[in-house]
Amino acid sequence: MKKASIIMIIGSLLLLGLFKFPLWNIMLGAPQYPEPLGMNIHIDGIKGVSEFDLQNIDGLNHYIGMKTIPKAEEMWEFAVFPKVILGMAFLGIIIGLMSFFDKVSYKFFLGWFILMSILGVLGMYDFNNWLADYGGNLDSHAIIKVTNPDGTPMSYKPPLIGFKKLLNFDVTSLPHTGGYLMFIGMSLTLFAFWLGRKTSLKKTTS
Amino acid sequence: MLVILLGFTSCNNGNQSGGKSGALSNNIAEKVYVAPGEYDSHYAFISGGYSGNVTVYGLPSGRMFKEIPVFSQFATSGYGYSEETKPMLNTSHGFVPWGDSHHPDISQSKGELDGRWVFINENNTPRIARISLTTFETEEIIEVPNSAGNHSSSFVTENTEYVVAGTRFSVPIPQRDMPIKDYKGNFQGALSFISVAPETGNMDIKFQVLMPGFNYDLSHPGRGKSHGWFFFTTYNTEEASTLLEVNASQNDKDFIAAVNWKKIEEYVNNGGGKMMPANYAHNLYDEHTHTATSTMKKEVRVVNPIDVPGAVYFIPTPKSPHGCDVDPSGEYIVGNGKLSANLTVHSFTKMLDAIEKEKFAGEAYGIPILNFEDVLAGVVEQPGLGPLHTEFDGKGNAYTTFFISSEVVKWKIGTWEVIDRKPTYYSVGHLTIPGGNSGKPQGKYMFAMNKITKDRYLPTGPEMEHSAQLYDISGDKMELLLDFPTHGEPHYAAAMEASIIKEQSQKIYKLADNKHPYAAKSDADTKVVRNGNEVHIYMTTIRSHFSPDNIEGVKVGDKVYFHVTNLEQDFDVPHGFAVLGQNNSELLIMPGQTKSSVWEPKQVGVWPFYCTDFCSALHQEMQGYIRVSAADSDVPIKWSLGEDIE
Repeated sequence: MKKASIIMIIGSLLLLGLFKFPLWNIMLGAPQYPEPLGMNIHIDGIKGVSEFDLQNIDGLNHYIGMKTIPKAEEMWEFAVFPKVILGMAFLGIIIGLMSFFDKVSYKFFLGWFILMSILGVLGMYDFNNWLADYGGNLDSHAIIKVTNPDGTPMSYKPPLIGFKKLLNFDVTSLPHTGGYLMFIGMSLTLFAFWLGRKTSLKKTTS
Repeated sequence: MLVILLGFTSCNNGNQSGGKSGALSNNIAEKVYVAPGEYDSHYAFISGGYSGNVTVYGLPSGRMFKEIPVFSQFATSGYGYSEETKPMLNTSHGFVPWGDSHHPDISQSKGELDGRWVFINENNTPRIARISLTTFETEEIIEVPNSAGNHSSSFVTENTEYVVAGTRFSVPIPQRDMPIKDYKGNFQGALSFISVAPETGNMDIKFQVLMPGFNYDLSHPGRGKSHGWFFFTTYNTEEASTLLEVNASQNDKDFIAAVNWKKIEEYVNNGGGKMMPANYAHNLYDEHTHTATSTMKKEVRVVNPIDVPGAVYFIPTPKSPHGCDVDPSGEYIVGNGKLSANLTVHSFTKMLDAIEKEKFAGEAYGIPILNFEDVLAGVVEQPGLGPLHTEFDGKGNAYTTFFISSEVVKWKIGTWEVIDRKPTYYSVGHLTIPGGNSGKPQGKYMFAMNKITKDRYLPTGPEMEHSAQLYDISGDKMELLLDFPTHGEPHYAAAMEASIIKEQSQKIYKLADNKHPYAAKSDADTKVVRNGNEVHIYMTTIRSHFSPDNIEGVKVGDKVYFHVTNLEQDFDVPHGFAVLGQNNSELLIMPGQTKSSVWEPKQVGVWPFYCTDFCSALHQEMQGYIRVSAADSDVPIKWSLGEDIE
């Protein structure tokens, strides 16, 4: 049980990696951009991979009427996400500690994991909504208007995850270091639950 | 099965190419082929000679990447036409639109090329320029007073303490009105030691050694053991002032002047020499204001060599020596006697020994002359006709060009035996081995720069570009790999491995660092300001518009300054600017840069301006109008973007 608790604590601590590393990354390569432009999505804002990437992405996007990439203060998410992550990490550590001193059951680990997963899915849902708005809510005076075969305006929504071709750009969207740390952390909490359960089952059977 | 066979074949080929006689080892095309999208292994900075500029090439492909404007106006970018760069071409004779660039040399640290700057001399109106190898732009030009035909220049010492400029033509110092026939004994030759600030590279003439009135043809620094010395070839020790082709070819031997600059530096640091009135321009380009300033300097320190005992000696060297080349160890000084059949090599150690024992053959104007035999290290016997220049591969071999017999000859240092010879096409001048003027040559390639092209390329009428030939010198025998045309006269070149320079090459100028007084750093900063008959337009460019793009209120007789700031912060997105009827060049403005162009409209009308560099998909739309009204009209100054001008 002690081992499971320690793993729970470590798993929760890994969430804090999000304060240092990006959650997600979107890279945009094109014939004219052999070194792709890129944006790193941190929990507290969007940053360019290279110094002037955001400015250059905005510059290119003005042709197709996309809005500029939001500043941190322009989206409530960037104020709330850090608090949620901090809160969840804190909660996970408390649960781990209490379990370590046999105050709560390993089942709380699963509870934490489910809560975190729900928040994660909500986060992804919100992120996807933003991407859809960013890529689809276009200026009606856009210089270049591209329509789908059915006549509807083409959306420049980057993929939530994976690869997509948008005009001359190859867009790749993948989790970044902070995101991977979070996934590993969450997996560890699930593993902690499994380990705690195994240990407790052993106890009951013996 | 096919895969196995293919694997077997390629394996087989791999083995063969390691050998000397394999088919692939003779595959010359492969040795110079740089596949699309791949990089050359070396940079070469080739002097443009009478183009006044420097061209940047890649080796081994022989592809030209850029022409860097230095001493000549360059309408392509606006260099020497824009308000910011006109001061770069200022001299004591006023604005000089053209120059004759000769000997590029890359800066060094501890005897190795450090890839920070290229220095190059201007022969006609004596100047030395410094080119940055982060921006690949000319940053500084200093005029050299008391000099004429600035040819034995611009070679750097092994820690870039000095860039040295010698005079080819001796002149009256100071310049004065006097009969030409009184040349002998009255004219002098100035050897200028220009200090280079270690951090900024800024140049300052530390001292000039005023030598007898010979012609100081070429020079090279001592290195390693001979660091602290500088060697200059001379011709016309006859001191003739007319028909030099005959009169300056009479003496059996001319001299190599050995100058102990450390000794003179010490003398000067202790207050030696005297300040002499002078007038010369020092032009400095500031990367942050994107603007050059020209300052006239009013004095220069001169040193009479006989006031510094032990500072200067003459080494007799046969027949009007041209190139003066020092081997990587610093021991051997090669005098390429251009009218001699032999190649003379002097020994630095023997020279010091002779000086110590005071074995002098005489003196010239108070400067001791050493005995030829006392200093001689060896002679390369009958290697060719008309030796001009020698470079070294760092593996104990030297390579000398022969103008008359049109060839490069490889010979061994120490045994003085000829190892190989290969023809050049035709009449080679200089040759370059990457790292040539340093303690560590990078001896894989050598290229010869020729004066005559004739039939080497498809003919282009009477005037043709000159030609260079690239040789592989990694083996015992030289192997001709490639002919490539050069721009202007490829007088000499400096080259080095690409690694250092490629990494430091700048992509953009940061707009945040732009300190140009007329910069508009955003659309909000754009404006048009009238000041008497001067109109200053603070304009920006970004894909794909000018701001403002409608301007009114300009009148005939106004002096209109377009100050154009490129707001882009993206690699390789310059914008151009040109307005109809302007008596000036275009501007080509790099990201983050501001350039200014003057327009004096002479005709009433509405005149378009546009972007000249195909910048984007909407490049053709990147245009604007400027309305010019009659001189006595009362149309007010107005400007706009994206709305009808009221």
